[in-house]
Amino acid sequence: MDVNEIDCKQALKRMLDFIDRELVDEDREAVERHLQTCRSCCSRMEFERELKRRLQALSSADVPSKTLDRIKALIQGF
Amino acid sequence: MSITKDAFETQVLGLLGRLQGVAMRLTRNEADAEDLVAETITRAWRARDSLATPDAFRAWIFRILNNTFISDRRRIAVRGQIEPLTDSETEDDHPFSMFERLHQPFLLWFGNPEQEFLDKLLREDVERALAALPERYRVVVVLADVEELKYAEIADALQIPIGTVRSRLARARAALQELLWALARDRGLATPRAPTR
Repeated sequence: MDVNEIDCKQALKRMLDFIDRELVDEDREAVERHLQTCRSCCSRMEFERELKRRLQALSSADVPSKTLDRIKALIQGF
Repeated sequence: MSITKDAFETQVLGLLGRLQGVAMRLTRNEADAEDLVAETITRAWRARDSLATPDAFRAWIFRILNNTFISDRRRIAVRGQIEPLTDSETEDDHPFSMFERLHQPFLLWFGNPEQEFLDKLLREDVERALAALPERYRVVVVLADVEELKYAEIADALQIPIGTVRSRLARARAALQELLWALARDRGLATPRAPTR
């Protein structure tokens, strides 16, 4: 195996960092190369990524107007 | 030179939805969440000289939010009911994985049970599982996955090493998946099966 290639165990270990975009350069590229050739790891990555998207979807930028008014008044009073 | 009131207000209002969201998931009560956010903003203004750069505002104010929540909770909670915030558990060699319970490699091109499972998960399922997480896990999942802070920002916000962020997040996600799996089973979405590996 090429020293720059990683196996499934190594890819799995790095997977959450990869999905969180915390891997850089060679580490990221090594995972990307592995995912191009390993269907099982690729399926897993897609699953974990989709689950993360479900959590991201819970985030809301909506703020009730009474909360907004309260905070604006609070800051004005500083 | 410390931040001006106008710049402070702009930053706060830009983050207000996310502050309210995190506060809501910490307190699990809308009125308490709003009070926590207000208290956080007040403390942040008083401590504005401690803000290193404008770029650090997000991590800085989430740190104040977390500290405010912890100190408020200690003030009102009965001793013995507070969960420990340290990671004293030993490393789990094989954390829970929904994927391993769903994936059927022999199906190859003829189905995707993992995606079908996710398609049936409701937003409220995810909300319920998140709310049921122990607090130390809920905080990291909310910051990393719901609000998308980087590991370094979470480390700064929670005043823990990046390595601890990583390991706590891994455990938290495994715990969340275990809760989601239990909810799915209760709704008849998942059949208990031995993991594939």
